[in-house]
Amino acid sequence: MNKKTKNIIILPYTIWMICFIIVPLLFMIYFGFTNKLNQFTIENILSIFNQDNLKSLILSLELSLISTIICLIISYPLALILKNMNVGKSSFLVFLFILPMWMNSLLRIVAWLTLLEKKGIINSFLLLLGLPRLDIINTPIAIVLGMVYDFLPFMILPIYNSLTKIDDNTINAAYDLGANFFNVLIKIIIPLSMPGIISGITMVFIPSLTTVAIPNILGGGQILLIGNVIEQEFIQSSNWHRGAGLSIVLVIFILIITSFVDRHSEKDDKILM
Amino acid sequence: MENLLISLENISKSFDGDLVLDELKLDIKENSFVTLLGPSGCGKTTTLRIIGGFITADKGRVIFDGNDITTLSPNKRQLNTVFQKYALFPHMNVFENIAFGLRIKKKNEQYIRDKISYALKLVNLDGFEKRDVTSLSGGQQQRIAIARAIVNEPRLLLLDEPLGALDLKLRQEMQYELIRLKKELGITFIYVTHDQEEALTMSDTIVVMNQGYIQQMGSPEQIYNEPENAFVATFIGDSNIVPGKMIEDYCVEIFGSKFKCIDKGFGKNKPVDVVIRPEDVDIIDINSEKTLLKGVMTGAIFKGEMYEMECKTYDGFEWLIHSTDYVEKGKEVGIFVEPENIQIMNKPSSEDERALEIDV
Repeated sequence: MNKKTKNIIILPYTIWMICFIIVPLLFMIYFGFTNKLNQFTIENILSIFNQDNLKSLILSLELSLISTIICLIISYPLALILKNMNVGKSSFLVFLFILPMWMNSLLRIVAWLTLLEKKGIINSFLLLLGLPRLDIINTPIAIVLGMVYDFLPFMILPIYNSLTKIDDNTINAAYDLGANFFNVLIKIIIPLSMPGIISGITMVFIPSLTTVAIPNILGGGQILLIGNVIEQEFIQSSNWHRGAGLSIVLVIFILIITSFVDRHSEKDDKILM
Repeated sequence: MENLLISLENISKSFDGDLVLDELKLDIKENSFVTLLGPSGCGKTTTLRIIGGFITADKGRVIFDGNDITTLSPNKRQLNTVFQKYALFPHMNVFENIAFGLRIKKKNEQYIRDKISYALKLVNLDGFEKRDVTSLSGGQQQRIAIARAIVNEPRLLLLDEPLGALDLKLRQEMQYELIRLKKELGITFIYVTHDQEEALTMSDTIVVMNQGYIQQMGSPEQIYNEPENAFVATFIGDSNIVPGKMIEDYCVEIFGSKFKCIDKGFGKNKPVDVVIRPEDVDIIDINSEKTLLKGVMTGAIFKGEMYEMECKTYDGFEWLIHSTDYVEKGKEVGIFVEPENIQIMNKPSSEDERALEIDV
């Protein structure tokens, strides 16, 4: 393929990237660093240190971290069981676990709302059995539940993938050298599945950190995460400058996290070759 | 030295209803180099894995040094395995790979260092401690895999086609290395391969397997010179297998001519199979009084160390002949075979026939 045809083929993608990624980014940076009089300022960036905003950011980090850890704790043993069952990647069992990914995530969260509501399905059921009411809607617990449910497949899949890449004989060799299951898990299986663990963590932590819909629906709009704060700045306060400034802060957070994660996964990728 | 180290007693194993091993019996003496040889699917790797503990037999017992280890898990057995394709731990360097077993056994750091440096010298990779295993060549990885196994001082080393992934030259080199290692370590080796040349070069006992049965067990010389059945004869080297009739002791009739042989005890006028190796077929003058069969040369291929020739005798059989002396195509010649080069085999009885199918 000569250079000219190559250029023609990549042209639509270049236009797409410019229109929908580069230009909005530039707008965000422009709004983030200016005030309503179009003067340069870093006030919008520093507004993250406002007590309410900082509280939201910290709560976001906390809830995302908790959700990520819960997802990891659920996914790892499950992925290990799936690998040991030797069911194959296209099996019905694996399919069941990734099936929720095919549904709209908003729909899945609304489903949880109808389950958890004060007069929702779970509580009606509990009432029928004469049990005390479950009162977790509009609490951080409901938000974590939503995050875990929504993002769990994104943790299972990469871990399962990296586990299936481990040669059975590598594991057999460790047993052969005298290791018990615990040794094998700690010294062989977990280190070799690290790339999957890391991409799973990234794929759960970042969407949890930036989610808007989950706290809106399951938190009843009373618990503000950093995503909701940004949304409010844009929509309710119509303060695009403040909203853009906070977005920049969040992007920087994500960049720091992903660069840290990338460094680790690069090292581990080499191992799996 | 002549102690029995491991015995397999009537081991049967099937996978998904497919019988892979059928009542296998095998005794292996301490300090021997035993090769399980056979085509793929003959059950040799399954046998090795049952000894290693990675597969449990459906029936039968595994006795190791007098103790029943049939259901003992692999990490509790006094043996180590060198896996096909090495199975090194890719996230550890050479040192940590070899140290793995010793660390599990909680040996002290000085002991581990001494042991590893000794093992690396033994496999000719002195000074490789800090290397990354993924940066090593196939041959080097293989040596590390061997070092990783032997630092644990196993009494028995299982080797599962360890040279399969190496190129020819390296494979031959490693064969001599393994023989040397075996001598220096003084432990028992059980080696699995489908390569008959490997088996003949290295082992002191060869177990030829097919379809889950042991076809023959013996020294390389016995296996090569006195194959017990047609499968062994064809699997190990080239051979001419011709139908014959044992007229009496020391005399067999092939295509109407009487050949002298050194076999006896088959009875009179008993139909048998006769194995004659290509290099044992002598081409002589057609009018010589020694001539047993007459024929015409039909082809010759130069193979380097010898010519591979074919001679069609008047009875219609095509003889494969290996010789350093070239005989041109179309020449009429006589065939003669020395009595000690004739190997008589019983014809397979019908129930054994399944075991003799060759599916290489």
